[in-house]
Amino acid sequence: MHPAASVIIFTTLTGAGYGLLVWLGLFAAFGLLPAEFGFGLLALALALGLVSAGLLASTAHLGHPERAWRALSQWRTSWLSREGVMALAAYVPAGLFAIGWVFLGRNDGIWAMFGLVASVASAATVYCTGMIYASLKPVQRWCNAWVVPGYLLLALMTGALLLNILLHLFALQGGSAIGVAILAVAAGWAAKRGYWRFIDTTSAASTPASATGLGRIGAVRLLDAPHTEENYLLKEMGFQLARKHAAKLRRIAELAGFAMPFALSLGVLWANSLGAGGAGLALAVLAALSAALGVAVERWLFFGEAKHTVMLYYGAGRA
Amino acid sequence: MTALPAANSGKKLGLVIDLDTCVGCHACAVNCKQWNSGGHMAPLTDTAPYGADAAGVWFNRIHSFEAGEGAAGRTVHFPRSCLHCETPACVTVCPTGASYKRAEDGIVLVNEATCIGCKLCSWACPYGAREFDDDSGTMKKCTLCIDRIYNTNLAEVDRVPACVSTCPANARHFGDLGDPNSAVSRLVRERGGYDLMPELDYKPVNKYLPPRSRPALPPAKPLAPAAIDTASALLRWVDRALSR
Repeated sequence: MHPAASVIIFTTLTGAGYGLLVWLGLFAAFGLLPAEFGFGLLALALALGLVSAGLLASTAHLGHPERAWRALSQWRTSWLSREGVMALAAYVPAGLFAIGWVFLGRNDGIWAMFGLVASVASAATVYCTGMIYASLKPVQRWCNAWVVPGYLLLALMTGALLLNILLHLFALQGGSAIGVAILAVAAGWAAKRGYWRFIDTTSAASTPASATGLGRIGAVRLLDAPHTEENYLLKEMGFQLARKHAAKLRRIAELAGFAMPFALSLGVLWANSLGAGGAGLALAVLAALSAALGVAVERWLFFGEAKHTVMLYYGAGRA
Repeated sequence: MTALPAANSGKKLGLVIDLDTCVGCHACAVNCKQWNSGGHMAPLTDTAPYGADAAGVWFNRIHSFEAGEGAAGRTVHFPRSCLHCETPACVTVCPTGASYKRAEDGIVLVNEATCIGCKLCSWACPYGAREFDDDSGTMKKCTLCIDRIYNTNLAEVDRVPACVSTCPANARHFGDLGDPNSAVSRLVRERGGYDLMPELDYKPVNKYLPPRSRPALPPAKPLAPAAIDTASALLRWVDRALSR
């Protein structure tokens, strides 16, 4: 599948933003974060800024961005519509949570409840994003149980790494935030490895034989393509580049997305234990930057490695 | 509304494509392009039609496959277009309601005025029936020539999809597959018409008729050694005499 830049930017930015919102809501609800003005302002502005920038970027791949509002109407059947509705709905509790924290200096009581609701709504939005892919039967590499956990865990992971930067910036303790980040990186890493193992060892039920119904005669192979030039289908569903370099890209994604953030986060833990706040901050920033690069590569690969059944009509042996 | 119609008429308009008689001439694709360039979903934009990277929107694509090996092998021409599925995910994934299935006849259409061009429907279609028009920024697909089949300005014989009307091999048949007594339903029964990718459960309305099985060819007789052709009568006699 063709990896549209706007969709990769959208899912990585909103993933990090919603992940950060989930943690802010949860930490506030459990009384683990002081209602500090500067921290609250920066953290919530960063989270909502990432989410908003991502949502705006997502409209860039539309043929008619000015009609994007129409996408809110079909939540009964469409995960894309549900994602849009949830994304907008999440602004309400997140906004109230932000008002309480930034303007009233409160993140407890009812304001903590808003945080908790924002946290759930954020996770639900990322869930909807994952389900858009996981519900597409023609793409077996998306339509499986590894996809939604992957989206959720990578959002939680990038959000936790951002939270650590903010905590160090304001010299706040934030309870066990670094432990949460390390666990989230480990969980995201495991989910992605599981996903890769799954797509390497399984293939779609559909074959050239079932796509044409000619399997009853014998092995089916393409003799003549219907056209000599590329068409929309070949450009959109027949994207080759990422698949050609899949092994290398996976190593990059694994190193930058998981191994480095994991090691750097352990470094943060170590720096914290020594009371070296500056070193902790530097390591936390490096961990988040590395993860951002890794997740973007992972997302590109998620599209690039996905195979669509339509290519069975164009000579692909499997989907 | 992208929810599938809860109550429908039971009518399932669609095509039956005979892979036994299709000769792979692409006339259906060309006539489809011609009609629909001015039809319901017009235009079917071509980008750089005379340039190095010509590309454009077509509702019909004619593939050619080989199946089986040796004498049992067959070359099969395979027209591919929208199957107007009974449970089309291309409709239910649409976030705007632009993609819809008509309750009255089951035809799957796109409302070009509300399509946002997100392309999700084309991802949801296993058959590659939908092609995005970069120029209009909207998704395009086969309309089953909705502007022909109900068009009372046309002679009744012409009220069939353009692909059907033009097929020189009579490999394409149009009718109501929801009516068990229709000509197309009988054809499907008699010839063992089948669904493409039934494992995905989209319940395509269009059916494909398999190539008929052919009697196996008798084994070839070894050729008798040919007489040596020479102008000389004497040498011809020598050849005949020595060949005995």
